[in-house]
Amino acid sequence: MNALKPKHQRLVLIVVSLIALMVAALVAAYALRNQASYFYVPSQFVSEPPETGRAVRLGGMVREGSLERLPDGVTVAFIVGDGDAQVPVRFTGIVPDLFVEGSGVVAEGRLGPEGTFIADNLLAKHDENYVPRELEEMTAMQKREVVAETEAAAGRAITQ
Amino acid sequence: MIAELGLAALWLAAALALLQLATGVLALRSGTSDTGAILSALVRPVAILQGLLVSFAFLMLMWLFARTDLSVALVAANSHSDKPMIFKLAGTWGNHEGSMLLWITVMALAGGLIGLAERRLPEPTLLATLSAQAFVGLGFYAFLLFSSNPFARLAQPAAEGMGLNPLLQDIGLALHPPTLYFGYVGLSVAFSFAVGALVTRQVGPDFARAMRPWVLGAWIFLTLGITAGSYWAYYELGWGGWWFWDPVENASLMPWLAATALLHSVSVLASRDALRAWTIMLSVVAFSMSMLGTFLVRSGILTSVHAFAVDPERGTFILALLALYVGGALLLFALRVQTVTEGERFAVTSREGALVVNNVLLSAILGIVLLGTLYPILTEALGFRVSVGPPYFNPVGAIFVMPMLAVMAVGPLLRWRRDRLERIQKPAVFLIVMVIPAIILSLMVGYSGILPLLGVGLAAGLAVGSFLPLRGRNLLRVPLNVWGMVISHFGIAVALFGMSSEAAWSVEKLAALNAGDQTQVGPWTVDLTDVRPRAGPNWTAIEGTMLARYGEQDPIKVAPQSRTFWSPVQQTTESALLTRWNGQLYAVMGSQGDDDRWQVRLWWKPFVTFIWYGGILIGLGGLLALIGRLQGDWKRRHTERRIAERAAAA
Repeated sequence: MNALKPKHQRLVLIVVSLIALMVAALVAAYALRNQASYFYVPSQFVSEPPETGRAVRLGGMVREGSLERLPDGVTVAFIVGDGDAQVPVRFTGIVPDLFVEGSGVVAEGRLGPEGTFIADNLLAKHDENYVPRELEEMTAMQKREVVAETEAAAGRAITQ
Repeated sequence: MIAELGLAALWLAAALALLQLATGVLALRSGTSDTGAILSALVRPVAILQGLLVSFAFLMLMWLFARTDLSVALVAANSHSDKPMIFKLAGTWGNHEGSMLLWITVMALAGGLIGLAERRLPEPTLLATLSAQAFVGLGFYAFLLFSSNPFARLAQPAAEGMGLNPLLQDIGLALHPPTLYFGYVGLSVAFSFAVGALVTRQVGPDFARAMRPWVLGAWIFLTLGITAGSYWAYYELGWGGWWFWDPVENASLMPWLAATALLHSVSVLASRDALRAWTIMLSVVAFSMSMLGTFLVRSGILTSVHAFAVDPERGTFILALLALYVGGALLLFALRVQTVTEGERFAVTSREGALVVNNVLLSAILGIVLLGTLYPILTEALGFRVSVGPPYFNPVGAIFVMPMLAVMAVGPLLRWRRDRLERIQKPAVFLIVMVIPAIILSLMVGYSGILPLLGVGLAAGLAVGSFLPLRGRNLLRVPLNVWGMVISHFGIAVALFGMSSEAAWSVEKLAALNAGDQTQVGPWTVDLTDVRPRAGPNWTAIEGTMLARYGEQDPIKVAPQSRTFWSPVQQTTESALLTRWNGQLYAVMGSQGDDDRWQVRLWWKPFVTFIWYGGILIGLGGLLALIGRLQGDWKRRHTERRIAERAAAA
């Protein structure tokens, strides 16, 4: 390469740089398609389940009365639902402080072999300033539903 | 009164920024005429005064926080009279408005420091630089004064403050944000220098030598700020991780990558007068990444622990600033790049060539991090939700980090301009020979994935390689900046070893224990002796007392807590750390189950501390280089003065 003229050497550097950046872009695009973890709500999770073992996020409400601690003392099992469908979830670890029945949760993990969602991590409301984005919208959605229901009920009351 | 004083100082500082911009531009246009001379004599003092005034405003805000003045909206929303004093003070920047005031304070102080200390730049370039600094500053003054006034009063003083997020009530808050901001905003100096040099068309070695200490300074702060933030997240969140690829962490990593590339390209420009346009481009990119980070955090477009109150209006404002400054700078670059004449040429096999490879790879890594950070926003616009985490960043980043580390180990051995690969054949073979036993040794300890294994090998090669530039030299006569490079590169090797070791050999144990029970984690035997309540100034806690024994050694007490704060009501885990030379025992206390057993989470993380030791070494290397450069500068000026004096005497 030392035989090249300086001008050509500059060109070589520029071409090599562009190739490196393009390779980076391609590798990144390919990896993003495969490694980004998608967000599911329970109804979606049941109708079109993700491949077993693929990292995804599952968001929904922890069903009342479903939370139980397994005998090992460190694993919890519960059901996440969204009104239409329910998914059993299992998590080994210390649960977040604001994780309770009837509240929203986002579980990061993967579908296990027996249809149970194995969570590596649970995201619950941290405090009023830090709510996982999906949960924030879930509450807004629930509010709208409640409003719609009350309005419908009020409408019925008036027509009666 | 204090709040009004602060606000008045802030307005006055904004007015001075406007004056600085106006006088700077006018002085540039009137050139060497008398008015031009008068105007340009004004610019430096105005910059210094602006820096002092906005610092005064910042001190006023700190005072308000120290006194917990609840008639000020910001204090009432973010502080509490029960809070320990250190957190009251540090709480000044633990919120949106206060942190933006810190931003503009650092920016104006940097401008003032240029006015006070910068003697190398030619006068026109200095004027253009200070004008650019004032122009960028004005946008942020407008942002503060019109949409985030930190000094706004409440109509009715609050009875008590709302308190500060307990996660922030930690000594980390006093260290991490100011350090990081000095780095983030310090990069605005490189930006303004680049704009100044483009305006006056003076891109060359002298310009690069003037800019280098500023880039170094910002880079040192950025390095230390990220290191401190990583350690803080590690012990405070109680998740046992030191880097989560959280959007905001990425937002600090991206300017660091750009600044690291800039640091190396500015050196090429200073020593060899090559890479002119590229250096200017990187200066613009580095500060753009700082602003992009601010936008990502403050707009609420991404959620993260770092996001304060989310406000779309503010996000739009910062996006507009980002578009104005980055767009403007890129436009100027496009218009002027033709006039930045081609620099010196060099062979591919040369120090410059290696540094170009380093720059290209750093840019590729920057692109990968940027893409991964923005991808969720892009897909959300298309209607589906994803999150991007370690499965993307780790392997894709590694593809480019590994060749970069290899070039880093041998690059400093190459000569400037033109070299032959045969000349560095021997050291290169020697380094490869160093890598093999490291890999074999780590395989003997335990295999867990290809990346950590390669990491240990590369760390060993780089650790030795970083000292090779010293070989055959009289150590006492090696310039400080070369020592700086050696120590920074060694720091990278140390940090890499820590990361690889943590990834490969961490042991985790989750157990449900009664008081009196025993458990094992790695080489440790841990007894839970006692669980009892504790009380602090603004919290209560459940504290577990544990006796931890390493092998057969004497037991040491550790006491992790699960704390409940009452203003605001929130629980946090206070992990307990036990540091040995070869790693850390990390203990977290969980909750009590129905059968009265306590959940306990323990990790043994071999050599995890090397991650942060490495970070400190990298920063220390930067400091040595900075001292070396400034010293050289001072000596040169001194000699020039002596020569001038002698000439005058003769």
